[in-house]
Amino acid sequence: MGNAPQLAQVMSYTLIAVGLLIGLGALGTAIGFALLGGKFLEGSARQPELTPMLQTKMFIVAGLLDAVPIIGVAIALLLIFSNPFTGSFTGK
Amino acid sequence: MAASEGGSGGLTEYIGHHLTHLTVDDGHVVDHAHGFWAFHLDSVAITLGLAFVFIVLFGLAARRATSGVPGKLQAAFEILVEMVDGTVKETFHGKSKLIAPLAITIFALVFLMNFMDLIPVDFLPWAAHEAGIDHLRVVPTADINTTLGMSITVFLLIWYVGIAEKGVVGFFGEWFTAPFHAHGVVGKVLTAAPNLLLRVIEELVRPLSLSLRLFGNMYAGELIFVLIAGLTLESSFAHGSTYVWSAVQFVADVIWTLFHILIITLQAFIFGMLTIVYLSQAAEKH
Repeated sequence: MGNAPQLAQVMSYTLIAVGLLIGLGALGTAIGFALLGGKFLEGSARQPELTPMLQTKMFIVAGLLDAVPIIGVAIALLLIFSNPFTGSFTGK
Repeated sequence: MAASEGGSGGLTEYIGHHLTHLTVDDGHVVDHAHGFWAFHLDSVAITLGLAFVFIVLFGLAARRATSGVPGKLQAAFEILVEMVDGTVKETFHGKSKLIAPLAITIFALVFLMNFMDLIPVDFLPWAAHEAGIDHLRVVPTADINTTLGMSITVFLLIWYVGIAEKGVVGFFGEWFTAPFHAHGVVGKVLTAAPNLLLRVIEELVRPLSLSLRLFGNMYAGELIFVLIAGLTLESSFAHGSTYVWSAVQFVADVIWTLFHILIITLQAFIFGMLTIVYLSQAAEKH
């Protein structure tokens, strides 16, 4: 294990990247979901008869909103558990 | 609990194994794809199998359909057909015999492919392992090739519908005249370049976002299932901690499965919905 320091460096930078990927994604989605849910409650309080229609549309937008951070989470999980950058050190 | 298949790498090895496709290159099963014609046999086979299941189930329900009291299968398909029909009528204002069948096909097929995620994560790979197949990934939509293939098909259909509705001149003329509209020759020349730029970006982003959204959701979902399964990897009944971890695993699995039922339906619905929206945009005259 002559290149253990380099491996450690790659791993530590990877962990920082993972933290940023999950953390910033969560931050953005939290704000987005808060706006979405708040507006939905506001809208259905003003026009209760529109609630079912608004609910369907809210779920669609929630799915769209969900997508970007979940891609980030997927990349982050990949980096943690099968890091492609450590391959040159472990010989895989 | 989980079948630890070969190797001694523990959790990382287990996850890496789960993320490896059954790849076929030049007629042989290989570990890593190098050639251009390499493909993931598991994704292709499972997609075809699910399409067959969908056709058979739908055909059965249609053949046995009664106007009396419907059975459970017929009721389920009626709900599905009515939902898609309503959505298409709401969103698509043109006339097309293509859109509603396309939407129901996409929705049902993507839902079935996503549904493979809810099958216990080690069950089918274990069965395949017993049958002599080393690698198997059961969720076709967790493979970027499947989702990108579907979104490219949708992309080509958008062009087809656009050209069929507006003609070649009308369709490509729109690339230079929308979204910024201008009157007079000078204005039209000035807005042509930014219009073209925006349109090209839009055309490129659409299939990418459509496929990455589905892929990302399913990939993350599958990975989390694998992680939960890995909690009790290589543990034995002799240790007390195994029982604690089993309980944790059970609770986590139940919660994530329940949440995932929502996600798979939602993502299938969004894929179909966005297809309808894109197609209706392509067919609409400005």
